[in-house]
Amino acid sequence: MNKTLKRYSGVIIAAIAFIAFLLIFPLWRDKALASIAFQTTTMLLVIPPIFILLGLLDVWVPRQQMIKYMGAGAGAKGPVLAFLLGSFAAGPLYGAFPFAAILMKKGASFMNILVFIGAWSTTKIPMLLFEIAALGPRFALSRLAIDIVGIIIIAFAIKALLPKKEIERLYAEAALID
Amino acid sequence: MDTILLYLIAGVALALSLVKDKAKTATALKKALKALEGILPQFLIVLAIVAVTLAVLDTDTVSRFIGSGSGVWGVLGAAIVGAITLIPGFVAFPAAAALMDGGAGVTQIAAFVSSLMMVGVVTLPMEIKYFGKQAALARNALAFLFSLVAALFVGWAVSL
Repeated sequence: MNKTLKRYSGVIIAAIAFIAFLLIFPLWRDKALASIAFQTTTMLLVIPPIFILLGLLDVWVPRQQMIKYMGAGAGAKGPVLAFLLGSFAAGPLYGAFPFAAILMKKGASFMNILVFIGAWSTTKIPMLLFEIAALGPRFALSRLAIDIVGIIIIAFAIKALLPKKEIERLYAEAALID
Repeated sequence: MDTILLYLIAGVALALSLVKDKAKTATALKKALKALEGILPQFLIVLAIVAVTLAVLDTDTVSRFIGSGSGVWGVLGAAIVGAITLIPGFVAFPAAAALMDGGAGVTQIAAFVSSLMMVGVVTLPMEIKYFGKQAALARNALAFLFSLVAALFVGWAVSL
């Protein structure tokens, strides 16, 4: 089978399933179409800046520098930096994954990657201001406090659960990103 | 709002890069395009999954789930709904606030908000592509369990 076609075989299946869904459940048709339009616009809006930033990161930040600041031997500044990087990020969580892959390629430690993903998911500063306005400072700040603890616990747990071989495999794969 | 910030940061970084080195900037943009094409199949699959999920689980249905149930089942239900849906914060927070005004419990709302942010069931194809099945599933399972703990904590902290 053609390589591109093979890569997109999942997309073709998803597209057929989506069309089948529209035909079988006319009740949800309008909502499904409206929501795919909304999600597509969100993704189209969010994707360009995130990918431009990861391209620039890849080109401008030398590997030695990344290892020095976020590598396994970087000490406490690694997680702190990972946390700040994730917290000041903007955009949905799926934007964090390709970014994290470049950090891995550059030699950031797996622990720091996990902290980065955790911070991106829950402690984003712009979103926090929004949350305070909507749900009150008590709600938002107590959630922030417990989530910082959670990010660290989850990072340690994943690192402990994942076989060393699997982590090595992920790094080998990230190294192949051109 | 945070999208504007994102564009601002990317714009400034791109301008700085252009001033410093045109060739390097061109390489960066090429890499950006290549990375984007690399994840495109997963992106498109996620789009279809999200569209169907959000059609079935629209804001009204979500509100009913979170607003109605109380106690352990309400919290668990809210966390499950949060894990499955993909709603940007600027839509979710005001909706959550309206639910709270309507009488929904703080713990339920906290479970929903926490798992909405930390757990991404529908974006799993993308996460697996970069982190593998094991790490992605472990992260989502742990984040789900943790959002229940976080909900209890927030519920307690707000009640103080």
